[in-house]
Amino acid sequence: MSQEYNFAYLDEQTKRMIRRAILKGLAIPGYQVPFASREMPMPYGWGTGGVQVTAACLTPADTLKVIDQGADDTTNAVSIRKFFERTAGVATTESTRDATVIQTRHRIPEEPLTEDQILVYQVPIPEPLRFLEPRETETRVMHALEDYGLMHVKLYEDIARNGEIATAYAYPVKVEERYVMDPSPIPKFDNPRLESAAIQLFGAGREQRIYALPPYTQVVSLDFEDHPFNPSKADHPCALCGADHTYLDEVITDDQGGRMFVCSDTDYCSRRQADGHRGDMAPPVLEALS
Amino acid sequence: MYVAVKGGEKAIDNAHSWLAEERRGDVAVPDLTVDQIREQMALAVHRVMAEGSLYDPDLAALAIKQARGDLIEAIFLIRAYRTTLPRLGHSRPIETDDMACDRRISATFKDLPGGQVLGPTFDYTHRLLDFKLAAEGEALADTAPIAPVDQAPMPRVTEFLNRDGLIQTEQASDATPPDMTRAPMAYPAGRPLRLQALSRGDEGFLLGMAYSSQRGYARNHPFVGELRIGKVPVSMEIPELGFDIEIGEITVTECETVNQFAGSKTEPAQFTRGYGLVFGQTERKAISMALVDRALRWQELGEDNVGAPAQDEEFVISHSDNIQATGFLEHIKLPHYVDFQSELELVRRMRLAAGADEVKEAAE
Repeated sequence: MSQEYNFAYLDEQTKRMIRRAILKGLAIPGYQVPFASREMPMPYGWGTGGVQVTAACLTPADTLKVIDQGADDTTNAVSIRKFFERTAGVATTESTRDATVIQTRHRIPEEPLTEDQILVYQVPIPEPLRFLEPRETETRVMHALEDYGLMHVKLYEDIARNGEIATAYAYPVKVEERYVMDPSPIPKFDNPRLESAAIQLFGAGREQRIYALPPYTQVVSLDFEDHPFNPSKADHPCALCGADHTYLDEVITDDQGGRMFVCSDTDYCSRRQADGHRGDMAPPVLEALS
Repeated sequence: MYVAVKGGEKAIDNAHSWLAEERRGDVAVPDLTVDQIREQMALAVHRVMAEGSLYDPDLAALAIKQARGDLIEAIFLIRAYRTTLPRLGHSRPIETDDMACDRRISATFKDLPGGQVLGPTFDYTHRLLDFKLAAEGEALADTAPIAPVDQAPMPRVTEFLNRDGLIQTEQASDATPPDMTRAPMAYPAGRPLRLQALSRGDEGFLLGMAYSSQRGYARNHPFVGELRIGKVPVSMEIPELGFDIEIGEITVTECETVNQFAGSKTEPAQFTRGYGLVFGQTERKAISMALVDRALRWQELGEDNVGAPAQDEEFVISHSDNIQATGFLEHIKLPHYVDFQSELELVRRMRLAAGADEVKEAAE
C-alpha cells in the first residue's frame, strides 16, 4: 500500500491545503477554520479529521501514538495506527513520552506533554453552539460577534434545574478570552490540561473544520463565580496502580454489582505499575507487564 | 479479576477473515464475476456511480461485489478511491440536447417532436415475481424488436414553453462553477453547488424530501416536463492541441420539471423549473432531485418560506450525503466509555443530591 499511495496517503497538494488551515488555526486560537476535507478510506465520524491533520503533520522521522478512550489497544486506535504504519511507514509507540505526534479520541494523556509534541484530536461536532443553534449560518455570526449569551443561559439553566452544570464531557472552554471552543468529547476532568506545552490541533473531517491551540494558550472552562468549574472524576483510586489523580474507567466484573475502577490511560497506568505502584487488585508483580 | 482489554489488533484481523469468508458465501455456488454484476445489476451499478461521483461501471461493479451488495458501502469504496485520483482537468459541459435517448417521455404533452419513447422501463410491468428467472439456464424468451434508426431530433419540452415566454428563463452564465469536492461548503451555497450536492446525494433522502414537497410541505405542483435517459459524448479541450477531443460517452438521466407559479402584480404568471441530472439510468433520483431543486429555489422565485424542510438549503445539503450520514451515525458503535463514565458520575452525583434533599424534606 505504501508503494501505491503518497506518504501518509494524502497527496502533497491536499497536505499543503490542510497545513494552511492548521497555520491559520494556530494564528487565531480557537477559531474554526473551514477546510476542504477529503474522503478518507475510513468512515466519517471515525476520526477522518484527525487522520487528515496527522497526515499533514507527519514526517518520516516522527513517532506516532494513537489512543482512543485513553487506550492504545481499542479497535479504532489500532485501525488508525495500522493505517499510518502502512501508508507512512513511521515508527509507532504506545509510550506517551516517546511519541512526537499523538492522535487521540476522547482523552488527553495523563502525562504532561512537551514542546516537542503535537496532540491531534478527533472531533465529531466542532461547533460548541451547535446544540443551542443548529444552523451554521447563525453560529458563525455568533462567533464573529462574540455573542455567547446563549451558552451562558444554557449553563445557568443547568444549574437552576440540576444544581450544577450538566455537561460532563465536551465541556465548553473560552480561548484567550475570545473564542468559545469545543474541546472535543474529552471528559471535563481533562479540561485543565488543555493548557499545555504541546501544540494541540483539532480536526473535524465530516464538518470540514480545523482549529488549534498553540503552546501555553490560555484555556478557561466556562463557569460562574458562585459555581466554579469542577473537573470531577470517580472517587476511587486505580485498582491496578493505586493512582488517585487520574481519570478512571469503571469496569463491571460480575453480574452481582461488582466493579472496579482503573486508569483510562493505559500507558500511564502500566508505567506506574512498572515503577512499583500497586493498587488493591493489582496482579502479582511479575505478571504486571505481560 | 480484571483482564485488561488487549487483543484489538488480532480481533480486527480475525473479523476481516470472517468477513471475506461470508462475502464469498457457499463455495459450492459459483463465484459472481464483476462482469455479471456490471451487466445484470446495472441499476445498482448506476446508483453507485451516481452517489460515488465516479463514472466507471467496472469499478462500481467491483465495489458492489466487495461490499456484499451493500450499496452505501460500495459508494463509500468508490468515494475513497476517487479521492486518490489526480485531477487532470475538466470536460466541456455535456450537451443533453444531443443525447442518444433510450428513453424520453413528457408528461405535459400528448405528443411532441421526436416522440414519446418508453425505453427499457419498469413502469408498466406488473410487479409479479417471474419464477422463470429462478429456473436454471435462463434463455432470453424473446428479444426486443429493434426500431428503425430514427434520426429525428428531440428538442426540449421546456424550450417550447420558453419560446412563448410561458416558463421562466434560466440565466446563462460563463462563471466557473464552484467545486464542492475542492472547497469547504459554506451557506448560502447557491444553485450550482446545490445541484452538485443533490446529484451525489442519497437517493432515499432525496426521494423523501421530494415526496414531502408533493404532500404539501412547500408544495409546488410539479409536472415532468421531460425525462430523458441516454448516452452523451464527453469532450475535453486539450491545451497542447488547442481543440476539443471526445474522450468517451456516459449515460445520464435528466429530468426537467414544469412547476406552477402564480406570478405577481409586477410579473405575469409563468411556469417555473426544477432540474435533475444524475449519472446512469437513475430516474427516481433525477425526478427527486428536480423536485428538491425547485423547492430550494423559493427565494430566487419570490415565494414564501413556509418553513418546510425541502426549502431549507442548509438542512437539505448538510444531510443529503449518505457517506457523511452513515459514518457519523455508525460511529456511535465505537467505544464511548470515557464519556459515558463522566455522565454516569454526574447522574449519580445529581441523584445523590436529590436523595439528600428528600431526606431533609422528610425530616422537616
